[in-house]
Amino acid sequence: MAVYKLKTPISEEDVRKLKVNDVIYVTGTMITARDSAHKRALDFFKDGKEIPIDLQGLAVFHCGPIVKKEDDKWTVVAAGPTTSTRMDLFEDEFIKAFKVRVVIGKGGMGRRTTEGMEKYGAVYGAFTGGAAVLAAKAIKKVRSVEWLDLGMPEALWILEVEDFGPLIVAIDAHGNNVFENVQKQVKGNKQKIYERLGI
Amino acid sequence: MDIGSVVENVAVELLRQAVTKLPRDVKEALQRAHREEESDVGKTQLEAILNNVELAEKTGTPMCQDTGVIIFYVKAGAQAKGLDKIEEALINATKRATKEVPLRPNSVGILTRKNTGDNTGRYIPYINWKIVPGDNIELTAFPKGGGSENVCALGMIRPGEGLNGLKKFVIDTVLNAGAKPCPPNILGVGVGGGADIAMKIAKAALSRPIDKPNPDPELAKLERELYEAANMTGIGPMGLGGKFTVLGVNVDHANRHPASYPVAVAVQCWAARRASARIHPDGTVEYLTHKVV
Repeated sequence: MAVYKLKTPISEEDVRKLKVNDVIYVTGTMITARDSAHKRALDFFKDGKEIPIDLQGLAVFHCGPIVKKEDDKWTVVAAGPTTSTRMDLFEDEFIKAFKVRVVIGKGGMGRRTTEGMEKYGAVYGAFTGGAAVLAAKAIKKVRSVEWLDLGMPEALWILEVEDFGPLIVAIDAHGNNVFENVQKQVKGNKQKIYERLGI
Repeated sequence: MDIGSVVENVAVELLRQAVTKLPRDVKEALQRAHREEESDVGKTQLEAILNNVELAEKTGTPMCQDTGVIIFYVKAGAQAKGLDKIEEALINATKRATKEVPLRPNSVGILTRKNTGDNTGRYIPYINWKIVPGDNIELTAFPKGGGSENVCALGMIRPGEGLNGLKKFVIDTVLNAGAKPCPPNILGVGVGGGADIAMKIAKAALSRPIDKPNPDPELAKLERELYEAANMTGIGPMGLGGKFTVLGVNVDHANRHPASYPVAVAVQCWAARRASARIHPDGTVEYLTHKVV
């Protein structure tokens, strides 16, 4: 369980060094994107239109933040991760198209994303569910917001972060997936637990 | 004295306390889990949770962005004055707390899909009433998060399976939930009564401090057994693997129909938010779960 501090833009070579259960902290530029922003970005890509920011080497955070605007300035109040499995529909294409290197969320992602990460070079960083204040503290600045027509949670927030983490590398760029491994172990423990309970 | 405005102010304060500061027993259980967790990854998650809890306390910010659906428990003394004002006061308190704390608006019409924006709506905030002897009013604010709510389960097991069926149902619920309810969790287990009664007492059991075992030694033993079994699953903090899948198991029961054996499991995420206060007839307020500075 090594600890790494990564600065964006992150190179493919650097993410390929990471292994499952490593701990990473990200400094630099991160965007938030949920279902709608993923879909729109991919639609833009297919139509050959540019999206508002070059994502190569950046981090994408599955998060619908609570953001407040005071004197024309946005501040993030709370920014916990949302359930990532919903983005399994898009993530492999998204990594391929935009070359993001770190995907951040909670609850893990599936086989398709795991294979996409292996193929195109990215990792999944699990952020502690509910730890919204911790996340907000590491967000130093809202650089801008795009696609606000999607609503506050679904918009594409472009954030400057400092030591955003801890993120557990739960999917590495070599096809390993911690959540899949844990599920396998849990399944294996089932009989032992039944025996212990006498059932 | 206007009991309505006292109740309203106390309820706003209770909602603030609940979402910004964990009750002592839950915080201590998280600290203990952090000390005793054997998985390094699990430990990082517990550490992040504890850091987050500290920060939330210090800054007066909600500890999780999901501030839940608002539930109140009211133990109203039959001799207390102004009981007819309480419902309105709790609705107003919910609206105020949504703006003042703030809370995330979490009340959506099932057909319109429209969010009311103030955490109120049909039956919401939900108020559980109990009329008790005396002239005090005891209020508990219980904001309940959605992620853990989605894995709550009700089993109508066959009475012939009895206690073994109960244990299996509870453990299967934990196994099926996996990482989804943001473990480590607290389980409220309600047994007997009927389908609605079992779930009601399961959820109410989440309000009992987890360091207070059931007063019935047989049920306290069952709680212990279920706690140990759930922590053998290996799901661990945030489902990343480890020892601590649950922080506590609270069982409550009602007598049952001879042909029914309802078992309800109410699942609570680590952000186990609750705050209580007692209002005396002269308007003085005793805060029961949180110290007021």
